[in-house]
Amino acid sequence: MIEDGRPIFEQVAELLERQILDGSLAEETQVPSTNELAAYHRINPATAAKGINALVADEILYKKRGIGMFVSTGARDKLRTRRRDEFQRQYVEPLLAQAERLGIDQEHLIVLIKEGNRP
Amino acid sequence: MNDTETVVEVSHLTRQFRGTRALDDVSLRIARDSITGLLGRNGAGKTTLMSLLTGQDFPTSGRIRVFGEDPLENAPVLARTCFVRENQQYPNNFRVHHVLSACANFHDSWDRDLAAILLADFDLPRNREVSKLSRGMRSALGILVGLASRAPLTIFDEPYLGLDATARQQFYDALLKDYAEKPRTIVLSTHLIDEVSGMLEEVVVLDNGRLALSGSADDLRGRACVLSGPIEAVESLVAALPVLNREQMGGHEAVTVEVRPDQALRSRIAGMGVEISAVSLQTIVVQAGLAARRSQAASTTEGGRR
Repeated sequence: MIEDGRPIFEQVAELLERQILDGSLAEETQVPSTNELAAYHRINPATAAKGINALVADEILYKKRGIGMFVSTGARDKLRTRRRDEFQRQYVEPLLAQAERLGIDQEHLIVLIKEGNRP
Repeated sequence: MNDTETVVEVSHLTRQFRGTRALDDVSLRIARDSITGLLGRNGAGKTTLMSLLTGQDFPTSGRIRVFGEDPLENAPVLARTCFVRENQQYPNNFRVHHVLSACANFHDSWDRDLAAILLADFDLPRNREVSKLSRGMRSALGILVGLASRAPLTIFDEPYLGLDATARQQFYDALLKDYAEKPRTIVLSTHLIDEVSGMLEEVVVLDNGRLALSGSADDLRGRACVLSGPIEAVESLVAALPVLNREQMGGHEAVTVEVRPDQALRSRIAGMGVEISAVSLQTIVVQAGLAARRSQAASTTEGGRR
């Protein structure tokens, strides 16, 4: 859901990206309109439009004239690649920092990750 | 911004009531078809500004342009304007349906169907005298008038007195829905910043009669963050940053800084035991008001010394 502390247009873009990544918005399907997003999240339609336009600028979405916005072919792969690059900074670095604070050494950390991965 | 994109333009506006300056040299613009939040504490000058914009008061000095013209005694401008006051007075014995027909006559763009829908949504009794409505019902009637007027400039002054959370949510939803259908310029004066912040595109903050802050709500949201953690670590980070607020407890402190919480900042704090958290629009507005007050106080003391 939308929180107040960050620019809302960024959050709108992230929400759509997340849906594209998890497949709930498939490639070449239509994304919700600006007004639908605004009503659902109770946000200003201009702000919702700004979020969509950010994704159009990134070529994640494209506009079909007179119909609406659609997910580009290849959008999912593109987002995956980008998210992988961010993974190190967003998750691994804070994980290592927190482990160090708690006195968990790297070998122990690797054991924990393997345990967490067990089905 | 050129003139066709600006609906309200105010320059060096001052309104003096005997000893007090309700507005003190305020200059601002309101963009066409935006939803603008007019924010500030009680006595900040919000209602004075709205009265001046709608030709219901005379400026002491300065210039006001609404749709490019002076709103005073200007029927064409006022017919395109709807001002819903916090405590709107109606003629004695006026019933709800009298209000509706009076407004239908006055506002060119009055939407009868929307009025009927809102009447049902807010459970307003058509035949009851306005003076016998509860506080919440009178607020709901004001909201109905503001929305159904579909005026190109619609101004709401704290329109929710006596409304419970559900009815306020109904108002916000109805406002967004109708705005999406028919975009127009809406000014919403409110204390409940957290409730409306998502709906606002632009924000104007008044404090003590002066303009404390204005800009796009999303820009303001992204421009500050809180760094919290051990005092030494936080201090080493914020040494060169613009600090808005500082709170300490024991060996821990939380400092609000005017810096975007971007990746560069995140990399800098990695491993320091410092956390970044977001700052709500409400907090930014409150701190802008306090900062304006401090600088005003400082300039007054300086002036006294001279």
